Amino acid sequence: MQREAKLVQGNEAIAHGAIYAGARFYAGYPITPSSEIAEECSRLMPKVDGVYLQMEDEIASIAAIVGASLAGAKSFTATSGPGFSLMQENLGLAVMGEVPCVVINVQRSGPSTGLATKPAQSDVMQIRWGRHGDQSIIALTPATVKECFTLAVQAFNFAERFRVPVILAADEIVAHMRENIIFPDPGEVQVIDRKKPTVPPEQYKPFEPESDGIAPLAAYGSDYVYHVTSSMHGLDGYSNNDPANAQWRVAQLHRKLERYRDEIVMTKSYDTDDAEVLLIAFGATTRAARAAALEARKNGIKAGVLQLITLWPFADKEIAAHGKGAKKIVVVEMNYSGQVTGEVRRILGPEKDITLVNKYNGQIITPKDILEVLK
Amino acid sequence: MKEQYEVIMAGSGGQGLVVCGIILAQAAILEGQNAVQTQSYGIASRGGFSKSEVIISRNEIMFQQVQEPDVILALTEQAMKMYASGEPDRPVFYDTTLLEKRSGRNLYGFPFTEMASLLGHVGTANIIALGAMATLTGMIKTDSLATVLTRRFAGKVADMNIKALQAGIELVTQD
Repeated sequence: MQREAKLVQGNEAIAHGAIYAGARFYAGYPITPSSEIAEECSRLMPKVDGVYLQMEDEIASIAAIVGASLAGAKSFTATSGPGFSLMQENLGLAVMGEVPCVVINVQRSGPSTGLATKPAQSDVMQIRWGRHGDQSIIALTPATVKECFTLAVQAFNFAERFRVPVILAADEIVAHMRENIIFPDPGEVQVIDRKKPTVPPEQYKPFEPESDGIAPLAAYGSDYVYHVTSSMHGLDGYSNNDPANAQWRVAQLHRKLERYRDEIVMTKSYDTDDAEVLLIAFGATTRAARAAALEARKNGIKAGVLQLITLWPFADKEIAAHGKGAKKIVVVEMNYSGQVTGEVRRILGPEKDITLVNKYNGQIITPKDILEVLK
Repeated sequence: MKEQYEVIMAGSGGQGLVVCGIILAQAAILEGQNAVQTQSYGIASRGGFSKSEVIISRNEIMFQQVQEPDVILALTEQAMKMYASGEPDRPVFYDTTLLEKRSGRNLYGFPFTEMASLLGHVGTANIIALGAMATLTGMIKTDSLATVLTRRFAGKVADMNIKALQAGIELVTQD
């Protein structure tokens, strides 16, 4: 029987994607425009013997998911700007403790509590650098309801595989939009689980990478008893202040992602082969960019679109490759400062013709807004 | 029939515009079309300007917002002022129970809320309007809307909604 297409909201698709990926623990504090993820989890989790926990705030929420993950559950939370700010400290703990988990940040207009119901893409740099200390992060960003589902699965796969927190950076437009999608059957999309230790408990070192660069993770409450600390630690998890150990550990936290960079960094390109104008977009703005590029082609302007699906690590290579041949680069993003534009300038250099098309008033960037700069 | 239809339903929070958009989008999916529904609202759950947009298309829908609406529903004076003064050929439906009557060959004023009240619930006003808009534009089969309503509602509520849809269809087929 052919499966039926359903009208699904982006936030709902994220919740379904997370559960498809095996998430069985959600802890959160509802906030617009992410609240439907909590709502949907409160309905879905009991049906899969999972846990839905409404916490007292976002600090508790991330603390709960870090704990749940160490106890062996695939866990996640969802929030927006104000809550994401509160989560930074324990997100750092998840980086340092190498705890797999997923944080969904549905971006809304700021600063601070800003325009609660309006879209933005202004947390790009906070996602990358919001925590103190020297660390790396993976962030993915969906442009369609279908991508809300598939990238939620992918976020868990990356988290589990590399023992890292992963940020799913949606925006209010995509999160609140409804589109027709067909949910995949179990087994249709790959689901990855964390590596478990194969050595006996007394030999287990929770931070000793195997040949693939990743350390297996045992579950709290099992026969494997181990220590996790936010402070500098050795392979056994206990505090270690040796400079050589610190040097190795900080580098290891970066290297384990650098090694798999080409698998982590995902982009999609549309009509870029002969493009003289390259539009770079991510999340919801991809849609306006694609519509604008098609319209531009009707008027004889060879335009193409590069969609950044992975925001971090940044798509340096892909932008360099696609940008080289283009005469003009246009970056489309919903923030004042051009957070992605700055990165594009870093890659393509000061000589390149790079234009920022942006809005930061809670309004949506339209194809017309983009076409204005292509004239 | 066009390849793509774009619809704006505007009013204030709590008038059921989002649900109305969802029902239209679901009906389009039943017909094998693509659909995107978006909404714009303020921080209040009731009151304040609210808008629901639907695009239904036989092709991939790139930009998610309505750019050239084929039909508009306005349920407040504010919404009417924003959208009624556009294209002279673009049909604008509005509720004469809530808004002042206007004249214009593209303006379709009907007492949706009063009709809904007589049917048993003011909440069906949108369904009456949807039936009328679908019939006038031909953007969706009213049978598809009926299927969505019977799936969404049960028993007496479903019957009331089907009656509302029928009442809407008759509003534009009568004359």
